[in-house]
Parts: sequence; C-alpha cells; structure tokens
Amino acid sequence: MGAAKAAETGSGSASGDSSGSDRGSGDPPTRATKGKLTLRFSGATDNIRAALRQARRHLASLPVPEDRLATIELVLAEALNNVAEHAYAGTRPGPVTLNARHDGDRLCIVLRDMGRPLPGLVPPIGTPPDVNRPVDDLPEGGFGWFLIRDLTDHVDYVRHGSENRLTLEFSTP
Amino acid sequence: MNLHSTYNNDINLIAVSETRIDSGVAIRFKDLMRSLTETGPDHVILDLSAVTFIDSSGLGALVGALKQMPTGKRLELAGLTRDVAKVFRLTRMDTVFTIHADTTHCLSRAAG
Repeated sequence: MGAAKAAETGSGSASGDSSGSDRGSGDPPTRATKGKLTLRFSGATDNIRAALRQARRHLASLPVPEDRLATIELVLAEALNNVAEHAYAGTRPGPVTLNARHDGDRLCIVLRDMGRPLPGLVPPIGTPPDVNRPVDDLPEGGFGWFLIRDLTDHVDYVRHGSENRLTLEFSTP
Repeated sequence: MNLHSTYNNDINLIAVSETRIDSGVAIRFKDLMRSLTETGPDHVILDLSAVTFIDSSGLGALVGALKQMPTGKRLELAGLTRDVAKVFRLTRMDTVFTIHADTTHCLSRAAG
C-alpha cells in the first residue's frame, strides 16, 4: 500500500500548467516545465527507484552533462535513503516532495519530508569510510552523508515546523 | 535481484543481471551471495558489468558479502562500469577489493 511505485501513484505532475508530462511515458517535459520539476511520493524505500527514474528523466532533458546526471542521481538516492531509513524509520512512511530547478549553470534540488529532524538539527559532516582495517571490521554503511557532501557544491538543511527541508546544489557546467 | 553463478576453471563466477544494487535490494543481494558462495570453488569473482548504479547501501552489501565469505575463500570483483567505479574510488573501496577489468581476462588467466 504505502509502498506503491512513485512513478505510478505519486503525482508525477510537473509544476506549471503541464501536469503529468513526466509521467511514465518518456515524453520530454514541455516548454512550460523546462528546468523545473516537482515530484510527490511516499517516503518508503520501495518508492525511491521510481522517483529517481523520474528525476533523472527530467534532468536528462536539461543541459546537464551525462556524468553529472549520475552524480546527482547518487546524491538524491543517498538523501532519499536517509528519509526512508531515518526520518520515517519505524513509522508509516510520510510524504516526500522533490523540487528541482535549473538556472543557467546551477541545479538546485529541495527535498521536503515530515519525518524526524536530523539529530542536532544539522546535517552530519560525513566522513569517508575507514578502509584501513581488517576485513571483519570494515564498515557496511554510514557513508551516505560523506557522498552527499563530497558530490554537492552546497548543502543546506532547515527544520521548518514539522518539516525537514534539505537543499542540494550542483554546478552544471 | 538476480545473480547467476557458473563454475569455470575453478572459479565461481557470479554475474549480477541487474542494473542497480541499491537500498531496495541490498539485503537480498547479501543473502543471495551467502548461499551462492557457501559451496563451489574457493575463488569467487563477482561480475558487475551489467550494473550501472550503486549507492552506499549497495556498497555496504558488497562489503557485507566480502565479510561473510567462508574461511579460505576469496571474493574479487570484475567489470566495474564508469559510474560504479567512481563510487568505489570516492569511498576508497577500490583499495579493499581486488578488481579485474573484465571476466574474460581473469578466466583465461586461471585456465592458462
């Protein structure tokens, strides 16, 4: 139920007057949506793939180099994994909104959710995994924030009432 | 999540026939790797040439697969695509795993 695919049940509506243009069909966004995207879906792990697919399809229509698309998709995956696994951990997954805006050489993506706040209300510094240790002691996770920090140009987090608002900025030369 | 294991010149070659190893399949991937490496040749090569996306959960599952290898067996990787190789470099996991450019190379070398 809550785990329905974002592409099908989340409103894939793009902002403006061209609602549905990003929905499943592979149609490129219309002119009215160029540079802007809004996705709404439930913040469950099972929905992340579909949301990423939609976001990537939209971003591919912008003048963003292919290798940057991969980077952006990875950062979004890490941020959305955090929402599903931490903000909404142990609760029924709540809503997630993804807004993307492209201005010239800068892409700005804002993720909103209604889950738990980040501890201390600050995004973790993110340290790379410590790989200089015996195999049995290698970390199997905990480096999502390192990737987010390393691959974005700017990260901003605000707790606004009961909403988490994470802003991710990328230069797209 | 589909993994295909074939035994070839004393190598257990496991091919990932999916394009993504992400949070949605990480646990399943690790479980499948355990059952596919319990028996068979000691030398295991995981063919990642079909995988175009891996996130930190997927990477964690690969590390988990390495850690759960039975004593005396070894797990190596082959065929990293561009974007997957980049994630390995960023997280320095390229220093943890032995990585082959492709499987043909290591299979023929094992045979020779």
